[in-house]
Parts: sequence; C-alpha cells; structure tokens
Amino acid sequence: MSIFLVLIIIGVLITLIVESLPSIKSSGIKYLWGKVWDPVQNIYGAYPFLVGTLLTSFIALIISIPFSYAIAIYLGEYNPKGWLSDLLKNTVELIAAVPSIIYGFWGLFILVPLIRTLEIKLQIIPFGVGVFTASIILAVMIIPYGASLGITLIRMVPSPLKEGAYALGATRFEVIRKVIMPYTRTGLFAGVLLSLGRALGETMAVTMLIGNSTAIADTFKNLIFGPGNTMASVIANEFAEADHTLYLSALIELGLVLFAVTVVINLIGKRIITRFTNN
Amino acid sequence: MENTIVKAENYNSYFGDNHVVKDVNISINKNEVIAVMGPSGCGKTTFLRGINRMHELIPGATSKGKILLDGQNVYDMNAIYVRAKIGMVFQRPNPFPNLSIYENVIAGYLLNGIKVAKADKDVIVEKSLTSAALWKEVKDSLYKKGTFLSGGQQQRLCIARAIAMQPELILFDEPTSALDPISTSSVEALFHELKANYTLIIVTHNMQQAARVSDRTAFFYMGELVEFDDTKQMFTNPTDQRTQNYITGRFS
Amino acid sequence: MEPKIGMRNLKSSAFKGVIIFFAFVITIPLIIILLYIIKQGITQVNWHFLTNVPAPPGEKGGGIANALVGSFIMVMLAAVAAVPIGMLAGIYLSENPRTKLAYYSGLCVDILQGVPSIVVGIVVYFWVVKPFGTFSALGGSIALAIMMLPIIIRSTEQTLKLLPDSLKEAALSLGVPYHRVILKVIVPCGFAGILSGITLSIARVIGETAPLLFTALGNRFFSTNLTKPMESLPHVIFNYATSPYDDWHDLAWGASFILLVFVLTLNIVTKVITRKWKIQL
Repeated sequence: MSIFLVLIIIGVLITLIVESLPSIKSSGIKYLWGKVWDPVQNIYGAYPFLVGTLLTSFIALIISIPFSYAIAIYLGEYNPKGWLSDLLKNTVELIAAVPSIIYGFWGLFILVPLIRTLEIKLQIIPFGVGVFTASIILAVMIIPYGASLGITLIRMVPSPLKEGAYALGATRFEVIRKVIMPYTRTGLFAGVLLSLGRALGETMAVTMLIGNSTAIADTFKNLIFGPGNTMASVIANEFAEADHTLYLSALIELGLVLFAVTVVINLIGKRIITRFTNN
Repeated sequence: MENTIVKAENYNSYFGDNHVVKDVNISINKNEVIAVMGPSGCGKTTFLRGINRMHELIPGATSKGKILLDGQNVYDMNAIYVRAKIGMVFQRPNPFPNLSIYENVIAGYLLNGIKVAKADKDVIVEKSLTSAALWKEVKDSLYKKGTFLSGGQQQRLCIARAIAMQPELILFDEPTSALDPISTSSVEALFHELKANYTLIIVTHNMQQAARVSDRTAFFYMGELVEFDDTKQMFTNPTDQRTQNYITGRFS
Repeated sequence: MEPKIGMRNLKSSAFKGVIIFFAFVITIPLIIILLYIIKQGITQVNWHFLTNVPAPPGEKGGGIANALVGSFIMVMLAAVAAVPIGMLAGIYLSENPRTKLAYYSGLCVDILQGVPSIVVGIVVYFWVVKPFGTFSALGGSIALAIMMLPIIIRSTEQTLKLLPDSLKEAALSLGVPYHRVILKVIVPCGFAGILSGITLSIARVIGETAPLLFTALGNRFFSTNLTKPMESLPHVIFNYATSPYDDWHDLAWGASFILLVFVLTLNIVTKVITRKWKIQL
C-alpha cells in the first residue's frame, strides 16, 4: 500500500516537470527573474510572483511570530493546565480549523474597507486589497502552526534544567529567556520554517485579498500596500484562461517552483524537529 | 522417556551475533513445576521464549538446536500452532483492554475465529476462571471490561486465558515481579493447584519464590544452563560453585 | 542587591503581562470573524436556501442545494478512497518502522503534507480532467482524497505506535496469526485515534477550494453526475463572494455559515471521540 504512496509522489513530480517542459524550453532559467508576465505576447517571467509570495509570507511570518511565541510560552510554561488554558488552546485550534476561503471572504468584506481607511489616512492609494492585507490574513492563519509546535517544544524542556535556574534565584522571565529559549531555539526555528511552508502554499485567502496585479510596484509603499500576486494566486486566477500551451505550461512551471520551494522548506523543518525530539 | 514433555537438545539462541543462550540440554517431565532462575541477562527469559517460538518475533533473533514437545521438534512445526498449544503468562498482566472479562478468557478462540457454541464457551470460561482462582470474584461482572481488576486479578485473568486453550505446558515469564505481595502469594498458591493438570515452567528473578514453588530448579548463568536439580537439593547442597555463589547472594 | 531584585521581578511581571496580552489578543479577530459570519449568515439560512439552486443574478432567492449535495458526494467519495489506503499505509508504517520502504513512504507522506492544495489541483487536472476531456466530480474527489491521505496515515501510525507491545505479545502467544493480531487486537484498540484522524481529515478537506478549481469546477445546476462538473460549498463561496452582485454576496454569507457549522461540528465530534472512545490501556 505504501508503494502506492511513493507512486503518487513520483507521479506528481513527473507530471509537474513534464507539463512545464515547454515553458522551460522557451524561457530557460531566465524565467525565474523575468519581470514581465504577458500572456498575449508569450513572455513569461516569474519574478513578480516570487516577490509577491516571499513578501506576503515573510510579512505574515513577522506579524505572527510574537503571537505564536506568546501563546506557546503561555500554554507551555505559565499555564499548562486549567480552564483558561483549555479555552485558549481550543480557540487556537479553532483558528486552524476555519477554512481559508472563509478567511478570504471575511477579509474581502471587513478587512479591506478597514485597510482602505488606513491607507487614506496614510495618504496611499486606497486599494484596500494588496500585499499588506493578504499578509495580515495569512498571519492569522499560520499562528496556530507555530503555536502548537512551540507548546510541544517548550513542554519538552526538562524540569531539572529549569529548577536549577530557579534554585539560583532567577525570576520567571530570566528562566524563560536564559534556559527555555536557548534550549528550544532550533526547534522553534523549525516551527518558523513549517509556518513559512504553510504560508507559501496558501491560495484562496491570498487570491481574494491580494489584488491580482502582475506588475512590480515602483515604490516601497506601493510594494507593500499595493496589489500584487503570489505564485499560488496567479495560478488560481489564470489557469482557466490559459488558452495556449505555452501559457498553460508557464503556469505549470510556476506550480513546479512552488512545489519545490514548499517541499524543501517543509522537509528541512520536519527534519530539524525529528532530530530535536529524538534527543 | 514417556514422561518427558519438553526436551531441549543443544539449543542456542542469538540476537544478531550476540550468543545469549548457549548449548542448553534439559529434560522436563509432565506435571512438574520447574523454576528457571539466574541473574539479569543470563538468558533465562530468552530460553523460555524459545520454547513457544516467541523469540523469533524479535527482528534479528535466531536460534539453533531442537526443542522437542512430546517428541516433536517445535521448530519443524507451524509456529502459530506451537504458540496455541503452549500457554504463556507475561511479566506485566496484559489482558486485552477492548474485550470483556468473558471475552478475554476465550480470546484464543475469539481471535482465531474458532467457532464454539455459546454453552461450550460458558463452560470453558467458568472452568478456566475457576482453575485460576478468579471465578468467584468476577462471575457477576463477566461482561465488563477487565480494567477495574487489581494487578493480581488481571494476572490471574491472563492465566485463565492461557488455560482456556487447554495447553499441556504453561510458560511463566517472571509472573509476579510486577505484583504486590498479597497478589504474589495468591498466584503462587495457584501454581500448586495447576500442577495437577499442567506442566509449568516459571522464570523467576526471586530465589525464594523458586525455592517455594518448584519441584526442580534450573540455574542459568551467562547463557549457560549451569545446574538443573531437585529444588531442595539445589538450595541446600548445590554442585556448582557458581550456583553456590548465586544462592548465597554473592551476586544477584 | 535589593533594588536589583525588585527591578528583575518587575521585568518578569511585565514580561508575563506582555505574553498574556499577545496570547489572548489573538482571540479577538477570531471572535470577530465568527460573530460576523454568524450574524450575516444565519439570516440567510432557511429551508428554501438549503433546497434550491442559485437564482440568476438579479433574482431574489435561490440557495445552495447543489453545493451542499456536491460537497457531500465528493467528500464521501474521497473518504471511501482515502480511508482504506491511508489506514493500511499507517498500519504498515507503524508495524515496520525500520524498512527502507517505510523510510521512503514516510518521506512521501511528509512531502504530500506540505504540497500546496493548488498544486494538487493542477496535477489531478492532468491526470483526470484532460484525459477524459471534461471537468468532473470524480477528479475533485481524487484531489480531495490525495489531501486526506497524509492526515489519515500519520494519525493511524501515531495511534498504533503508542500501543504497548505487550498487547501484541499477548495475542501472539495465544497462537493468533499476525494478520489477525493486527485486525482484531491492534486496530480495535487504536480505534479512537484512527477515527479522530479520519474526522479531522474530513473537516480539513470539506473547506478546500483550490484543489477543486481545476477539477470539479462548479455547476450552476443541480447535478449528481460524477463525470460532470459539480458544485461545492467552498467553491460557491468563492464565486459568489467575488461576484459583483449583492444578492449573491448574501448567498455567500449563508454558505459560509453552513460551512463553518460543519467544520466546527466535525472538530467537536473529533474531540468527543478521542475522549469517550479512547480505550483505557
């Protein structure tokens, strides 16, 4: 039965590669940093989407990390049991359970107008949609992943280690900073990677909130607050309209890049964690 | 010898390249209670598990030589058949948590899909539980799951489960080491009663237990069968110096 | 030494405050989202909503019957495929952890878990839609099944690995053949964990849109034909939410509410299963 599994994965890989071949043949490695995406003229460059993907994911990561850490520290160290922590735990699990389409939908109707007013105040073109908006929603969505991993890791810190520090007269904050954090550092990094992997592959919510523009913004402000595209969202939007083979193939190649990047990040993250939990 | 039930001939056990049981020759008669004792790591449990072919289930575990059950080499027979014919009770009581007490007793039949009429099943259950001195305590809760039973009761349930298969030979792997003293003595009293109908081989870490319950005792040391003798004789006047050292507590 | 300790204690308490703030503030967006969906959606839900297909834009009324049925059919079909394969693979992995096959399939499960859902959609498009020339519910089910597999496999494997060896030994020593030991002792004892993995995977895929975009597409009309496009709840939300028509927006809110109810119920069911059915070892 597991042979079946291996077959599936190999199948996925082969399909992606085969279908991207036409595009690879025509644009070669320049595909990765071509800045123009023009289906009509058959020029395809993935650069804007790489930028969009990386931007949204990293901003989302940065926004989410303090929250993930806080939840992990609170539930792992300060308050592992009790009704309040159960409540928090269930809430976090709920956040993870809500389908992304609902986040996207809600974001479109509630978050976007809010961002628009913010942009007006900051004197930016009030698109409402854009990289920033997408990043916010993405951040909320990936918080549970970092948090749950963090909780497991923090709980794994051996008591004797902490007790030694307390016995020397350290405050709770100091124990956390000087004992728990260093001990779990690699593991938490892995958690960050896994959250990143999740963010990279997220499609629907991002598609609905990112504004779908294939150009690269000229100023930094526009970069963050203006519309953009991620690899996933461009595939979602344009797949149905791809009417000639090269166009389709270019999109598939995008899928291949996305596949490669997410797989690598996820595997590294998982590897770190298994090594950590086996110690 | 018509009375021999189990005979080991040049029996050796290995874990990979590790030679843990070395050239054992031993002959055990029907309705005897045999104690197998020795310090940790001496190979006594490995030897025991070789008799009902549980040893080979561990990856990398092999054996050489013969173990004759009623004259036939168990290593020439179907392993599953061998295990069904020989009963085994483990160190930690392990009743099946998803089955009721009733179902646990006849688990050997249940899990093998052997069809038995309900009336016959009831008879088997009652007989086995009685032989295990558990019937009175559980007869009103036969259909409940056995998790409320004490350690000693759970172990007696496992004994009933082994008995229900009507084996001639029952192997015990340190059966009371996880039990409290009261449960231990109830299980030891059981050995005495079981002996009428079964042959028992009991691996034990506890010298005093060996002296209390067995007819003959085998002393293992570093994988070898050092001495095998009448229990009283072994404990008062052992032949081998190593046995003497063990009994007097030089090492344990 | 005195002021130093005071200062340090102050820092410690301040830190705790900061942590608590950040940890709990995150519940606010969730509550807002949930409340908003409930408020907007619950007014939409009535019998008419649940039993009718969408009306053309401009007409009032209409519902999500086709989406409800479609989601149900595709998820059930996906489960029928994914559950046996997933359970068998999970059993294999837990029983044979050291073989080469176990290593490579474990790797593949990890990879599969990380694959973005849209990539799964693309691949199934090429496997199922293109060869048959039509978008189909079958394709959608296959895509969903692929997404369910890693969850089922991992939870089966973890559950079974946690069972003590003594269980297997007890059964084997009674002369029970290996396959029966697995089927009649190991799997029943791990039932709660395995089942919760299954319900979890269903809760996960019922809200997935991306894999269905290029496989099942969507269908304005009611259909139970597996070889034709089929509508689904998440897809209907996507379509209506991004459309310019207000009454379609209303439909999307109602659909979101229903979807949310399903997902939350499944999650609660999972929790109840784990608590109630867990066999005490």
